[in-house]
Amino acid sequence: MAMTRKQKRLTLIAAAGCVLAVATGLILFALSDKIVFFYTPSDLAKQGIGAGTRVRIGGLVEVGSVQRDAAMNVAFRVTDTEKSLSVTYKGLLPDLFREGQGVVAEGVYEGGDRVQADTVLAKHDENYMPKDVADALKKKGVWQGSKSP
Amino acid sequence: MIVEIGHFALILAFATALAQTVLPMWGAVSRDPSLMAMARPSALITFGLVLIAYGALTMAYIGSDFSVANVVMNSHSSKPLIYKISGVWSNHEGSMLLWVMILVLFAALVALRSAEMPERLLASVLSVEGAIAAAFLIFIILTSNPFLRLTDLPAEGQGLNPILEDPGLAIHPPLLYLGYVGFSVAFSFAVGALIHGRIDAVWARFVRPWTLLAWIFLTLGIAMGSYWAYYELGWGGWWFWDPVENASLMPWLMGTALLHSTVVMEKRDALKVWTILLSILTFSLSLLGTFLVRSGVITSVHSFASDPARGIFILGILTFFIGGGLVLFAWRGPSLKQGGLFAPVSREGALVVNNLFLATSAVAVLVGTLYPLVLETLNGNKISVGAPYFNLTAVPLFVVLLMLVPFGQSLAWKRGDLLGVGQRLLAAFGLAVLAMIVTLAARQGGPVAAPLGIGLGVWLIAGSITDVFYRSYRRGLSWSSVLNRALGMPRSAWGTALAHAGMGLTVIGISATVWGVETLAVVSPNEALSVGPYRVSLEQAFKRTGQGFREEVARFIVMEGDQAKGSIETSKRIHTGREMPTTEAGIVTYGLGQLYASVNDILPDGKVSIRFYWKPLVTLIWGGALVMAFGGMLSLSDRRARIAVSVKARRTMPAPSEVSA
Repeated sequence: MAMTRKQKRLTLIAAAGCVLAVATGLILFALSDKIVFFYTPSDLAKQGIGAGTRVRIGGLVEVGSVQRDAAMNVAFRVTDTEKSLSVTYKGLLPDLFREGQGVVAEGVYEGGDRVQADTVLAKHDENYMPKDVADALKKKGVWQGSKSP
Repeated sequence: MIVEIGHFALILAFATALAQTVLPMWGAVSRDPSLMAMARPSALITFGLVLIAYGALTMAYIGSDFSVANVVMNSHSSKPLIYKISGVWSNHEGSMLLWVMILVLFAALVALRSAEMPERLLASVLSVEGAIAAAFLIFIILTSNPFLRLTDLPAEGQGLNPILEDPGLAIHPPLLYLGYVGFSVAFSFAVGALIHGRIDAVWARFVRPWTLLAWIFLTLGIAMGSYWAYYELGWGGWWFWDPVENASLMPWLMGTALLHSTVVMEKRDALKVWTILLSILTFSLSLLGTFLVRSGVITSVHSFASDPARGIFILGILTFFIGGGLVLFAWRGPSLKQGGLFAPVSREGALVVNNLFLATSAVAVLVGTLYPLVLETLNGNKISVGAPYFNLTAVPLFVVLLMLVPFGQSLAWKRGDLLGVGQRLLAAFGLAVLAMIVTLAARQGGPVAAPLGIGLGVWLIAGSITDVFYRSYRRGLSWSSVLNRALGMPRSAWGTALAHAGMGLTVIGISATVWGVETLAVVSPNEALSVGPYRVSLEQAFKRTGQGFREEVARFIVMEGDQAKGSIETSKRIHTGREMPTTEAGIVTYGLGQLYASVNDILPDGKVSIRFYWKPLVTLIWGGALVMAFGGMLSLSDRRARIAVSVKARRTMPAPSEVSA
């Protein structure tokens, strides 16, 4: 039973339509459900985010706030010079994680000023500041600029 | 002096690239053979000039010429020679020069291997290549000149960013660029065909080897980059869905689709307009990748300096070539002679399905990569789109595609027999189910996705073996003659089988990551830890200096039961010059798995805070990619891919390879 030209063309269009419809559905669902918003400590305080939400936060590591214990738990405060958040994390910190330097952390907001992070990112070299952090600091007027060689 | 020659050659190259753009195209339009004949020599001269410029910069690096700003910022006289050479492309200016050099190299190769190409097609193709080269050359000259001199001479350079100081990373950019830029040939051929107004199976024969070559390099480049991130960044992860990684994955997905559609075009003279569109889209995604990485709109280890002028310039180039290509397609595409239609159940029908899934997953990755940029521009919201998004969109599409692969591979051209193929694949299917059940039983607990993934990998490998078997096996033949027939199969058939089996290996490696074990601890000397099937104990922590760095090392003894298996070292390294700390992971391979150590801190009392991983089957992830690339090379070496032979053979007599196939 050979298909006519029209049938062949319709089969092709129907198959393409199905795949595209499924893909569009997946993409729209994932974009509404699986993305994480970035906040500075001030944003987080202002916007009334519910506890249990996944967030990405950024700012400077407050000087003198880093505490480590023997079981590799780390606690530190992230500040945007106005507000600050208390971040807890278990694991290895990036090589360039420093007090007074920029940091981005992703994890679960636990309400109040507490964030339980599962990812901590610091800059990749001495000239680099995470872009989100740099933008936020520029807005606050405390940006000192990265020294460029 | 050498630096000035390089700079001068670069500017001259821009002039010859312009000539290469204008003259042959004018000739192609006005059908003037003498103008068209300018295409070949101008492409070769442009290549020669860029090579001189590139060589001059390399010489400046090797000789540590600290009067050149670029050398000062990215090299140090104490660096080993290999990092002086790779230092050239460790920074924005030098890597753009490498990009252009590879581009004009491809144009020169096309010119040299063009004996059988129609003059008008060749003239248009080289003209488009010239236009791309001219655009990027003027970009380098105006915004990213690597030859700038300093008036204030420093005594010493600042050194290479230490995380780039690594043999893997030394070859990663050239491989990746060979892939990215290689797709420019397909783009130029597509534009050439649109201008030329003719497209047929012979066109596909010209394009396919170049696409295959680009695909092989891109596959290797992505695998190399992934392995580098795995051992250098010290997180133990091998893929992060980072925008820069996505930038290389998108052209790979689209390029894989293109590779398959050119086969349909070559064999069946169908899918022509679609193949042209794919050629344009694949190189567009390569350009987009270059833009994302080089413009600084996303920050990562790859974005060296964010200078808005550069971003806008590249965006302009991007808009011109992508927009121009698509407009030309919209205008001329409908006038191309349509290819034939075919039955849905056939090899070509299966390849359409392949194209559909690959192109759709490329779009899913594209949306996830660009969405944060778009949202930030529109309403200032900053978001991150990470693994959860891609695991829900691109991954399921890819999984369905892979489930269908063995069917497509076994279907015949024109009219396939789905029932017959199903029967042939029964053994492969049984094997896959068996693998699933065995792994499910052996590894109680853990996500059920992992055994399913193992089953999928086995299904792909068994499917390839089935394909090879039924191509060689005939009832009544002795096993030795079946083996002979298998060995005598066209190399392109072996290439397909190996590439698909390689994908299967990668899938198995990825699935097995679920069973990885992570141990975090602070240990005293001689204290033992268990990591998966092994035990490790801290032998000692000590200080050491090497060429260009000093480090604190923690050395562990690895034991299996009571048997010592070897040792593993990981260190905190401070690089002289930039005084930048890095963590050097220690990796030992046992079988197909790897033991991975990453030191967190060496405490003053001699204790070491450490992270260990046991990663079973992890080497298959990259091993599979190597097998895929090897399959591509086999297919490329198939005599039918050699254009000169095949075109002549078409004119005179059936080629011997076609008789035996």
